[in-house]
Amino acid sequence: MNPELLGSPGGANVRAVHDAFHGDLLEVSMGPHHPSTHGVFRMIVTLDGERIVKLKPVFGYLHRNHEKLGETVSYLASMPYTDRLDYLSAMTNNWAYAIAVEKLAGQPVPERAEYVRVILAELTRLLNHTCLAGFLMQDCGCSGTPLMYAFREREKILDLFESLSGSRMMCNYQRFGGCRVDPTPAWVDATRTLVGNYGAFLDEFEALLTGNEIIMARTQGVGVLSSALAINAGVTGPMLRATGVASDLRKSDAYGVYPRFQFRVPLGAHGDVYDRYMVRVLEMRESIKILEQALAGLPGGPIMDPKAKLRGFRPKAGEAYGRIEGPKGEIGFYLVSDGSPNPLRYRVRPPSFINLTVLEDMCLGQTVADAVIILGSVDIVLGEVDR
Amino acid sequence: MNAALLFATTGSVLETLPVTLRDLATGWLPEPLRWLVNSLVGVGTLLAVIGLLFAYLTLAERKILGRIQNRPGPNRTPIPFINLRFFGLAQPFADGVKAITKEDVIPDGADKVLHFLAPVALLAFSIMTLGVIPYGRHLVLLEFDAAVLYFFAAGAATELAVFMAGWASRNKYSLLAAMRALAQLISYELPLLLSVVPAVMLAGSLALPAIVEAQAGWRYGFLPQWHVFTPWGFAGFIIFFISALAESNRSPFDLPEAESELIAGHLTEYSGFKYALFFMAEYFGMCALSGMGVTLFLGGWQAPLPFLEFIPSYVWFGVKLLSLLLVFIWIRATFPRLRIDQLTRFAWKFLVPLALINLGTAAFWSLTSGWSGPLQFVRWAVALALVLVPFTLLGRRLSAGVAPRTYRYAT
Repeated sequence: MNPELLGSPGGANVRAVHDAFHGDLLEVSMGPHHPSTHGVFRMIVTLDGERIVKLKPVFGYLHRNHEKLGETVSYLASMPYTDRLDYLSAMTNNWAYAIAVEKLAGQPVPERAEYVRVILAELTRLLNHTCLAGFLMQDCGCSGTPLMYAFREREKILDLFESLSGSRMMCNYQRFGGCRVDPTPAWVDATRTLVGNYGAFLDEFEALLTGNEIIMARTQGVGVLSSALAINAGVTGPMLRATGVASDLRKSDAYGVYPRFQFRVPLGAHGDVYDRYMVRVLEMRESIKILEQALAGLPGGPIMDPKAKLRGFRPKAGEAYGRIEGPKGEIGFYLVSDGSPNPLRYRVRPPSFINLTVLEDMCLGQTVADAVIILGSVDIVLGEVDR
Repeated sequence: MNAALLFATTGSVLETLPVTLRDLATGWLPEPLRWLVNSLVGVGTLLAVIGLLFAYLTLAERKILGRIQNRPGPNRTPIPFINLRFFGLAQPFADGVKAITKEDVIPDGADKVLHFLAPVALLAFSIMTLGVIPYGRHLVLLEFDAAVLYFFAAGAATELAVFMAGWASRNKYSLLAAMRALAQLISYELPLLLSVVPAVMLAGSLALPAIVEAQAGWRYGFLPQWHVFTPWGFAGFIIFFISALAESNRSPFDLPEAESELIAGHLTEYSGFKYALFFMAEYFGMCALSGMGVTLFLGGWQAPLPFLEFIPSYVWFGVKLLSLLLVFIWIRATFPRLRIDQLTRFAWKFLVPLALINLGTAAFWSLTSGWSGPLQFVRWAVALALVLVPFTLLGRRLSAGVAPRTYRYAT
């Protein structure tokens, strides 16, 4: 293989490349309608037999002009749009956006709302990682069984979200200065039951899959990402931690009431698909610990700051960047205000989009089958990638 | 008349019932014509029974997969006009109607002849394999001496049809699937054949009824002398079964049609009835290989215990066949898929050496068949060691570098 030819900017002509030892290359367009690209993502893969020699990601099929839209509507009207970024974790998107606006307006948040936000964010993390583990196993070729087990648990969390916010996935729950609805004691009890049972589900899931010989053979040493490349590319979240870098905004930023809770941050050592899977599973166990503490310490009081303004909300001119540790990594919102009801500039830092930039580096030299699980382990949601 | 005698009489009547019925129907015909009609009746019955088995096997597979995955599976299709659902038992027929009425799409630039021939060839070859299996004491459609050779020759030809389908579709996924199918065929044909050789060796015949007869009787009065209950037979059966999974493109070796990677592999460009033919051929192949496994290792149509012999032999064959098919389905619901290099490595570095060693084990077993008394224990111990030691050593080498990990936490 002549690397110069393949790496050239006119790489699209790579089909014509012929190598005496390897024969012709095959260019396969995987996606945008492919069972394993997690939505309308497309990879143009150049194959030498089954090996990948070049991979070009193509996206934008789900582009909805999200950021420009955010500048044309009021601050509050953007809140439901953030649900649709990463539609598996609406609650954390809401929270990150709320934090950005609260910073901009200097708006305090009552303690009860902070606790509820932590509970919802950790539930979202459970939901997201459970789904991801199910999808990843599906990509490994399990014919649906782990996915269905994962979705059974996901439905339970979505039921909680529905009973609290009225919607399973498009929650639109956070407000600037608190939350929209106060959770009832019955809801808190239901959450406590779910959290109490979740460990058993994880034990079952892990007993069936983590030690499975085929899963280990398929995922260990596959899609290795070095910590240097991960840091340079701006990778965050479980993907970065799987490479061994201790980086968690819940610890380093200490936003909300996170400093009050005891939890650990699991780290990988190899940066391969197995580590990314395991780091997420271990993170779920830590999330359960956080949830137990937050549910035990949930204070009374108002859920919404009484002085918070919903109508006629005009933050003073300035700029703010609010970020939290979402399930997929650092989800951030950058806002510039000129004192009008609409933001002057609205920008999203989408974790799964930035994590996706290292896809080709992880896939080169691997097989097609590996590319699918590497993409699965990045954990993308096209709503967020394409915006 | 006492009960045992009653059982015995009804047993023997039932045992020969299919043949008796056929003779009643065709007995009045003149000799050469009767032979022809008899053969046609046999073929027709076989196709009808296996066809029905296929129909309900698809339903059973979907139902069992559904139950394993905590969902009900297909249960909505009512029986026409009376609107009773009966657990969706009419589903296979609804599927059939759908497959026939669906548009048959042939891609632009595809090789139209090959594209049409591939499912036909595949189905033809898999039906051919069904002909030689002894379904009961008196139910062998095609009895000839080289049955084992014939079976595997016809079975191997099915992969050719898969390659035809992949090549003719003019689709890159199909092409990749075709390449994978060939790699898989070459790798797994060898352990499949090698695992069969001991059974042939001990029976001293390539004819399947003779192999079944060789497994007649009970050791110590209760342990059937099926090959699977000997050390070499057990190892051979496992190797055979794993290779059969690969040969019939079933999970975890379903690489040619790997859904998460190659969409539907060689089936990507097939729709409607041609797709149904592929599906049918896959299930026929599965039935044929299971039937072969039953015949070679699980005692064929023999009853498991002496007092159960009054139950007709074909019932026993059916029970064993269905249990093997159930294991196929169970495995599909449970296992993730291997990668192509792991698949071939597993065949060449694990199954082939084990199957070769197993030849030696079988030879030892056959040579020491005269040993009695305490020597019996020596015989069992040596044979078991011959199976288990290579299994452990090769297995350890195969899974080298792959292990559960422990994780550290940030402080």
